[in-house]
Amino acid sequence: MEPTNTGEPEYYHRVVDCQWACPAHTDVPGYIRLIAQGRFDDAYLLNRQSNVFPGVLGRTCDRPCEPACRRGRVDGSPVAICRLKRVTSDLKGDLAGRLPVAPSEKNGKRVACIGAGPSSLTVANDLMPLGYEVVMFEKFDRPGGLMRTNIPEFRLPDRVLDEETGVILDMGVDIRYNSPVTSMKSLLDEGFDAVFVGVGAPRGKELDLPGRYDDPEHVHIGIDWLESVSFGHVEKIGQRVLIIGVGNTAMDCCRTSRRVGANDIKVMARRPREYFKASPWELEDAEEEGVEIVVNHAPKRFVIEDGHLVGMEFDVVEWDEGARHSTVTDTVVIPCDDVILAIGQENAFPWIERDLGLEFGEWDMPIVDTTTFQSTRPGVFFGGDAAWGPKNIIWAVAHGHQAAISIDRHCRGEDVAERPRDTMGLVSTKMGMNEWSYHNDYNPSPRQQMSHVELTRRFEALNLEVELGFTAEQTAREAQRCLNCDVQTAFQEKLCIECDACIDICPVQCLTITHNGEENDLRGRLSAPSPNRDQPLFVSGALPQTGRVMVKDENVCVHCGLCAERCPTSAWDMEEFTLEIPYAASVHRIPVRASGTVRS
Amino acid sequence: MPSITKPLIPLAPLAKNELGLTIRDYEGAMSTLCAGCGHDSVTAAIVHAFWELSTPPHSIAKLSGIGCSSKTPTYFVRGAHGFNSAHGRMATIATGAYAANRELTYLGISGDGDSLSIGLGHMAHAIRRNVKMVYVIENNGVYGLTKGQLSASADIGSKPKKGEANIIAPIDPIMLGLSLGATFLARSFSGDKEQLIPILKAAVAHNGLALIDVISPCVTFNDHEGSTKSYRFMREHEVKEVVADFVPLRREIHASIPSDGTRVVPMHDGSIVRFRSVPEDYDPHDRSRVEEYIREHHARGEVVTGLLYVDESGQTLHEMGNTPSTGLNKIPLADLCPGSSALEALQEDFR
Repeated sequence: MEPTNTGEPEYYHRVVDCQWACPAHTDVPGYIRLIAQGRFDDAYLLNRQSNVFPGVLGRTCDRPCEPACRRGRVDGSPVAICRLKRVTSDLKGDLAGRLPVAPSEKNGKRVACIGAGPSSLTVANDLMPLGYEVVMFEKFDRPGGLMRTNIPEFRLPDRVLDEETGVILDMGVDIRYNSPVTSMKSLLDEGFDAVFVGVGAPRGKELDLPGRYDDPEHVHIGIDWLESVSFGHVEKIGQRVLIIGVGNTAMDCCRTSRRVGANDIKVMARRPREYFKASPWELEDAEEEGVEIVVNHAPKRFVIEDGHLVGMEFDVVEWDEGARHSTVTDTVVIPCDDVILAIGQENAFPWIERDLGLEFGEWDMPIVDTTTFQSTRPGVFFGGDAAWGPKNIIWAVAHGHQAAISIDRHCRGEDVAERPRDTMGLVSTKMGMNEWSYHNDYNPSPRQQMSHVELTRRFEALNLEVELGFTAEQTAREAQRCLNCDVQTAFQEKLCIECDACIDICPVQCLTITHNGEENDLRGRLSAPSPNRDQPLFVSGALPQTGRVMVKDENVCVHCGLCAERCPTSAWDMEEFTLEIPYAASVHRIPVRASGTVRS
Repeated sequence: MPSITKPLIPLAPLAKNELGLTIRDYEGAMSTLCAGCGHDSVTAAIVHAFWELSTPPHSIAKLSGIGCSSKTPTYFVRGAHGFNSAHGRMATIATGAYAANRELTYLGISGDGDSLSIGLGHMAHAIRRNVKMVYVIENNGVYGLTKGQLSASADIGSKPKKGEANIIAPIDPIMLGLSLGATFLARSFSGDKEQLIPILKAAVAHNGLALIDVISPCVTFNDHEGSTKSYRFMREHEVKEVVADFVPLRREIHASIPSDGTRVVPMHDGSIVRFRSVPEDYDPHDRSRVEEYIREHHARGEVVTGLLYVDESGQTLHEMGNTPSTGLNKIPLADLCPGSSALEALQEDFR
């Protein structure tokens, strides 16, 4: 194999599994170390730099980081990254003076953002400090988009959302509530320098089965119904409710139903549990509240008697291996008072005229460049669910950052396709003989469990937050479970005397000195079995004394630093890696890192 | 010493041996030797060898004397028996222990100071008595624990870190062993586990005293330019013409023995040492040829390594003494020491 190129950020970035998996590439180990030091303000701000909404995401994120977390491969449970993110939000102090501000002198460019959801707000967050004038059009009377309307308050309290949207809007965003954009053409005619479309995927999918429209009062579209509850238009539902679908929206629907009058709630799934879209923890939370999850039931028709919905008929099905084909084994009617359809969302752009040079492709979706987020009409950008259909908040934020870079380049007359590159910092953590600036010992604590409000009290109010957050003890323990994957084992082959000390000391046998070869061959000759092919190998250049190479399999390296401690020549060093992600502000040399944030 | 102990990682994908143990089960306490010490590599090779042999930890007895090398038994097989004796007395204690209980696997760890200076006499007699044990000399040419004075194994002309080059002739434990009738003599290098581990395994199988002289560089006092026991010197001057593999009994029941019987040595327990390559005219059973071969290379400044001499036909201390096959410690005291009347009867026989 060729020697690994550690001069570019990619290799070290991939070592930090959580950061690599996060769409916004949040510096997770960095903020967890700050939490461990009790520096919650700094931890919050480090978070905010990339994910903008730590308080919101600390409660609602889909957590792509956690399945990726190395700790899962080391003891079976990933670090509770999301819960720790919430800790930064819960325990931060006054951040006055440390949050981004807009200059009083504007740069003369006007940008329209359609929708006030996470992607639009991120665009505003990135552009306001550069002097842009941002006009935001929102169809409801409060900001937040889906974060407001679709995520119930018992999961995400309004005060948290208000605070984090407020930080952005208070920079002087010209937000226009109750102002749905009904014509792209007339908006473009207003002469904005750029338009960002962040309207989400606002249309719930229909289920056109017999009887669907015979008692429309009692058949609801999930996201619309959640929206009505959120705005206080709906305050109750029948006692027996069926939810069709098992995504996260279905989970919000069933748990909300439980709080507005239902006590017999069934979530009806066509497929077996392992194929559910809902996050496992959301399923658990729903079941804890007495919601029944029924698998292998395919909806057939709404049962209507005397014009009233009395139940729903289902085919009971059996699936083959891989759940591709099903056979019907029975048909049942399950009585109910209401049905909520939560089977997915779609995009809808009836308000975009089709003669504006803005092309639409398959499924009537706009054609959007996956790097620049620009549509086929220069100056019009898409992001969040509006770009490629429903994803989740953290993706919308990641899109917003990239779109902001594009918008800035577009407004300055530069090629949007030319993107600033990621760079990195590497700083030794060596503080002295076998002393490091990070906590290098492996902590065997198990993953800390979130405490919930008692079930007896939980349904007293619709806005009573269920999750209580981590205690100080839980926070301390969980923070120590992080393996500091960003403290990299940096190797300099020219210093190596091949004494084998690092190989002998490694607790997981992840190091090998051997003659070079092709990857498959090399993986077969490592000190320990190498079952995880997703983790790239580190291969050094030829070692000075024998010409062999040092090979490292990152898979379960716990970054304990023992290799560096036992190295007589400091060929190994533990170096803290910082991924420098470019934001719109970077090219203007405006510090992205909030002022006063010191690295751990 | 390291800031932390080596953590146990629950799901680390480590292989298991026939006893269901991972290599971590054959480790000991954290080493307090200097970072990069050759002795730590020897420790790791011992851990590997016992793990690969699936030797039950409680059937091992590890013994040592005084010195950097003699600290290392603490760092491997924490479940084994251990005896850290006085300076140079490891061989004596091992002889006594083996006399009392022949059923354990004895591993003595010593250094060039412990065995070639203060303990030379004890080592010589243990070799003569052919105590069934593995006798490892971690040889670095200096007294590391007392700040790097030249030891009895330092070559003529080898430069210490400070001061004049050595002018006193060295003691070579292999040459000594050849002259004393040793039955298993090997030399290896701590930086070459591929060679050292099979030698250690063959040594465990050997019926008698297996002496392994391991060149184990002292990174702190003897790893500089001008030293003949440094990592670099060994990599540049090591001659590995004698290459032997160890084939455990259970893995190759039908081990084919080629007609040229000299190249395959069946060990006492049925396992096999197979010489994959030896120089032309070299016979690992021929004492004088081995001596000549080592001398020729030494004259050229080269260090010959490998399993150099083996004689599986020798008698051990117990065989020479015609003692019972079980350990003496298992024999009831009344039988072992039948009392003064039995002694008188015996003496009467001699009259």
